[in-house]
Amino acid sequence: MTGSDRAYIRTRLAANEPPPTRAGPFHAIVQGLFSGPLNIAFTLFSIVAIAFAALPVVRFLIVDAVWQGMDASACQGAGGACWPFVQAKFGQFIYGTYPEALRWRPDLVFVLGALLLAPLLAPAAPLKRINALLFFGIYPIVAFVLLTGGNLDLRHFLIGRLTAWNIFGSATTAGLSWNFWSDYVATAFLVAVLVEVGAALLGARARKASFTALFVFAAVGAVVLAADLDFGLEPVETRSWGGLMVTLVVAITGIVASLPLGILLALGRRSEMPLVRLASVIFIEFWRGVPLITVLFFATYMLPLFLPSGVSVDGLLRVLIGVALFSAAYMAEVVRGGLQAIPKSQYEAAEALGLGYWQTMSFVVLPQALTIVIPGIVGNFIGLFKDTTLVLIVAIFDLLGQLRAAFADPAWASPVTLYTGFAFAGIIYFVFCYGMSRYALSLERRAAVAGGR
Amino acid sequence: MKRLVCALLIFAGIGVPASRVEAAVLDQVKTKGFLQCGVSQGIPGFSAPDDKGNWTGLDVDLCRAIAAAIFNDPTKVKFSPLSAKDRFTALQSGEIDVLSRNTTWTLSRDTSLGLNFTGVIYYDGQGFMVRQDKKVNSALELSSASVCTQTGTTTELNVADFFRSRKMKYEIIAFATADETVKAYDSGRCDVFTTDVSQLNAEKLKLAKPADHIILPEIISKEPLGPVVRQGDEQWFDIVKWTLYAMINAEEMGVTSKNVAEMTKSPNPEIKRLLGTEGKFGEALGLPNDWAVRIVKHIGNYGEIFDRNVGAGSKLGIDRGLNRLWSKGGLQYAPPIR
Amino acid sequence: MSEIADAGRRKGRSLLDNPRLRAILVQSLLLIAIASLAWMLIGNVRTNLASRNIASGFGFFDVTAGFAISQTLIPYEESSTYGRAFVVGLLNTLLVSAIGIVLATVLGFAVGVARLSSNMLLSRLAGAYVEILRNLPLLFQILFWYLAVLGTLPGPRQSLSLAGEIFLNNRGVFVPKPLFAAGSGAVALAVVAGSALAIILAIWARRRRLATGKIIATGWITLALVLVPPAVTFVIMGAPLSFERPELKGFNFDGGLRVVPEFLALLFALVTYTAAYIAEIVRAGILAIPRGQTEAAYSLGLRRGLTLRLVVVPQAMRVIVPPLTSQYLNLIKNSSLAAAIGYPDFFYVFAGTTLNQTGQAIEIIAITMAVYLAISLVTSALMNWYNRRLALRER
Repeated sequence: MTGSDRAYIRTRLAANEPPPTRAGPFHAIVQGLFSGPLNIAFTLFSIVAIAFAALPVVRFLIVDAVWQGMDASACQGAGGACWPFVQAKFGQFIYGTYPEALRWRPDLVFVLGALLLAPLLAPAAPLKRINALLFFGIYPIVAFVLLTGGNLDLRHFLIGRLTAWNIFGSATTAGLSWNFWSDYVATAFLVAVLVEVGAALLGARARKASFTALFVFAAVGAVVLAADLDFGLEPVETRSWGGLMVTLVVAITGIVASLPLGILLALGRRSEMPLVRLASVIFIEFWRGVPLITVLFFATYMLPLFLPSGVSVDGLLRVLIGVALFSAAYMAEVVRGGLQAIPKSQYEAAEALGLGYWQTMSFVVLPQALTIVIPGIVGNFIGLFKDTTLVLIVAIFDLLGQLRAAFADPAWASPVTLYTGFAFAGIIYFVFCYGMSRYALSLERRAAVAGGR
Repeated sequence: MKRLVCALLIFAGIGVPASRVEAAVLDQVKTKGFLQCGVSQGIPGFSAPDDKGNWTGLDVDLCRAIAAAIFNDPTKVKFSPLSAKDRFTALQSGEIDVLSRNTTWTLSRDTSLGLNFTGVIYYDGQGFMVRQDKKVNSALELSSASVCTQTGTTTELNVADFFRSRKMKYEIIAFATADETVKAYDSGRCDVFTTDVSQLNAEKLKLAKPADHIILPEIISKEPLGPVVRQGDEQWFDIVKWTLYAMINAEEMGVTSKNVAEMTKSPNPEIKRLLGTEGKFGEALGLPNDWAVRIVKHIGNYGEIFDRNVGAGSKLGIDRGLNRLWSKGGLQYAPPIR
Repeated sequence: MSEIADAGRRKGRSLLDNPRLRAILVQSLLLIAIASLAWMLIGNVRTNLASRNIASGFGFFDVTAGFAISQTLIPYEESSTYGRAFVVGLLNTLLVSAIGIVLATVLGFAVGVARLSSNMLLSRLAGAYVEILRNLPLLFQILFWYLAVLGTLPGPRQSLSLAGEIFLNNRGVFVPKPLFAAGSGAVALAVVAGSALAIILAIWARRRRLATGKIIATGWITLALVLVPPAVTFVIMGAPLSFERPELKGFNFDGGLRVVPEFLALLFALVTYTAAYIAEIVRAGILAIPRGQTEAAYSLGLRRGLTLRLVVVPQAMRVIVPPLTSQYLNLIKNSSLAAAIGYPDFFYVFAGTTLNQTGQAIEIIAITMAVYLAISLVTSALMNWYNRRLALRER
């Protein structure tokens, strides 16, 4: 060691430290915080930063806050948050302009959702299968009927649309339009026959194919039927939805709808068929490459140009579709990560057992891959939850939108209104997102423990 | 599983409607059962929702009048709040049936945007609002000012012309919505807020201290505001156009929402033609002959809606000015029904 | 056994059981589905555009725009064309993205390393930063910066000022603008020449170190090379530099360099938000390096900072770069949220104002999407190239 000119090498051995037991209780703290000039600087910096950030926040939110009042006059000279403002606007922040008398409906949806979701998320809770079926199968329909009022106004299905015949009449009983349903049933059988003939020509099991087709029609029909029944609920158009309700509806629908699509895209991207792979890659990269607001703008203001005239799709639904497609592309990448982590031996074992492609995927590969990527899916969900705020740009008033609208109310103009609103919305967003990220983390830890067995 | 996917594909494939014939807007509206009307995101007096989401205003009343003429029910309207920037795209695409949103009639909008202006519901002009403590008395003293305006408006272009032609320096900050613009002006980001004078009056109500702001005397442009429809459907164009004219004619003839029932018995041939007791003028439009009765009964005549929404009977208290009837020295002049 | 054989025989009867035929069938079905969807959409658009007399084509690029833009990097005035407005908007997007990427990377690395610091207070502080910033929507943060922070600054007359040279108010930040007189070209040349010499020196020193193991202290020489020649030239040329100070004239400051608050709010929000994600990526990258590497470096006698710089980070970069790339892409796409606060970025100028005035939604939205896709592709190409350079060369 002659290199005294070697600046990056110690010239002396490090000092011997006493054994930990003899170091004393404060040793760790002193060592951790004040072990050298740089470390002391870091400590001081941290203390100053905390003092400048945390203390004023606490003062603003609690100590100096105004808790009671009827209008802005109570908050005129206040040095802290103006909570009466939040109180007065609370309904708008949560429900938008949803009719006040009917707000028990979204409330019920919130409560049901929480009751079903909690045991689904808790790893220890029993009856996962039934629970999942209830949450993903039944709950969306219930939520839809409760929020919109159900009783869809259906007119034509297919035959009535393709032809000018009105063979099915236009009678409506209990909200059911017979016109649509007789058309639907006729179409179902027609398609079943076509499928059977087609399958027979190809030499496949024809009867089974046609039954599958009928089954799909029946399943979709059951969902539509539930939405078409008249439960005596007053209809509420989506235009009057708003606030946190819209935030949750968009985020949850987006994530639930994007999962199956994302899985299909991920499988497509790893497919051996070049055309399928190409289509999946183009789809995924396109949606990942453009900003969400261009998609929302397109869906909200331009879509009717691409549809035949007279076809209209609900504004919120269009946004939902845009969000779902956008999020599906991200979901596909997450799922692909999971698929890549499955060792080749799993595929080979499945093949050796004589399983086909879909069987291999649905019974062997996907269950394992999806378990691995649950944290990634939750991460995507957090992203989607935050991106929901962008619907503001296409004039749908989610929580942030309602907040902005409330800022414009001259009745509540005061110097602290702005900060109060940001504090309130910030806390809500933070609680949701932080809660979810903690949940993802706990799952990751569990997986790590389980994997370490 | 594979078969399930195939079945789903077929299902999706046949679910797509195949018709490609452009249906008339009137028929579409009748089938839907409501009129989809594009309005502002909240300009008091013209189109603004209250806390419960009920819309009121001059532009809103025009939409309700069209619905009244078609359905005899002014509630059969759904409103799409649009920012100035997005409004034409929404109309072009067919997202809305009629745009009734403080829209200035200009040549390019009337031609290359594929739109048709059906008339003028409000004759306006662009003005400037400043804080009183800036001690400005004329728009000509605004050199070096920061100007807030809304993007996608004629205002944005007029203000550029105004400052440029006078060689005055300025900075423009254009926001996407009216609320953002007002907020920025109120917080001091800009010295000047510019838009149509009627809107300046309306937005003033949204400021923290309305009394601290003045509207400068200069009017720098012509802003004829009117309802807009897409090109390519003459019948719909006529319906929207004559809905407004019916209201103006009703005011001229003294037909109001209160006396319209008695007026149907009037011997005056002009009133008889308006109210459909003589001739088949409604049918020519594709509407029932009592179309104008429905409009006036549910909504009122032009004078009534003006007074109620922006005029003396409203918080805005704007003088009728140019918007008086032609017979009273104003510009509102409707072609005769005959 | 017989059952499987039986199934095999039965399967053999269907054409669908031939994998190649089935692949062809599925792919042609997909092709037909996509083609018919495209056919239907295009058909609808053509019908709709024709029946509504909406102008089409790209002629609008040559038409006078007529509107003003608050921040322009190239000369632009109201009489310029839409084509020029397009470029102005694009440059504004690139400006905020480029500065944002650089600052977010610096801040993100700092926070990420701080999170792993042995100083408990510092690591907790970094952790709190990451959790808070990551868990609030970006649009929320942009609005917060714009309305609640920059919007509450005093007006131009009550500006906060630093030494009477730099001013901060609700119209932005104003700093003196350097004006280069004749002769400043020579100074610039001197800077270039000095830097070039310094680089050559560094390369030579490195070669020599690798060859002989001797370390040459180049620090002072480098500093002198970079500073002295320009300073000397500057004096010889008679100090060809002056500053234009911002001055309060009428309503606003005039002269000087100005940064508008819309830009600042967007930049702050993008940087702090993205930095929180980058910090997590950096942390994960560093944690992915086995402890043995650090211990080996310590036992070789490397100090903590140098261990991090010479041993850990270069290896961690291989883990860091791919997710870092997607954060960069997110930042670029997120810059389109400028629309919410009126910063004239590409989306706002082109897909907002230009679209409104020309009414050609389809062309403009298609171009907008293509531009963002192109920016994304170029960025990922650059990062992939960088990543390949970093990749472990296995011997």
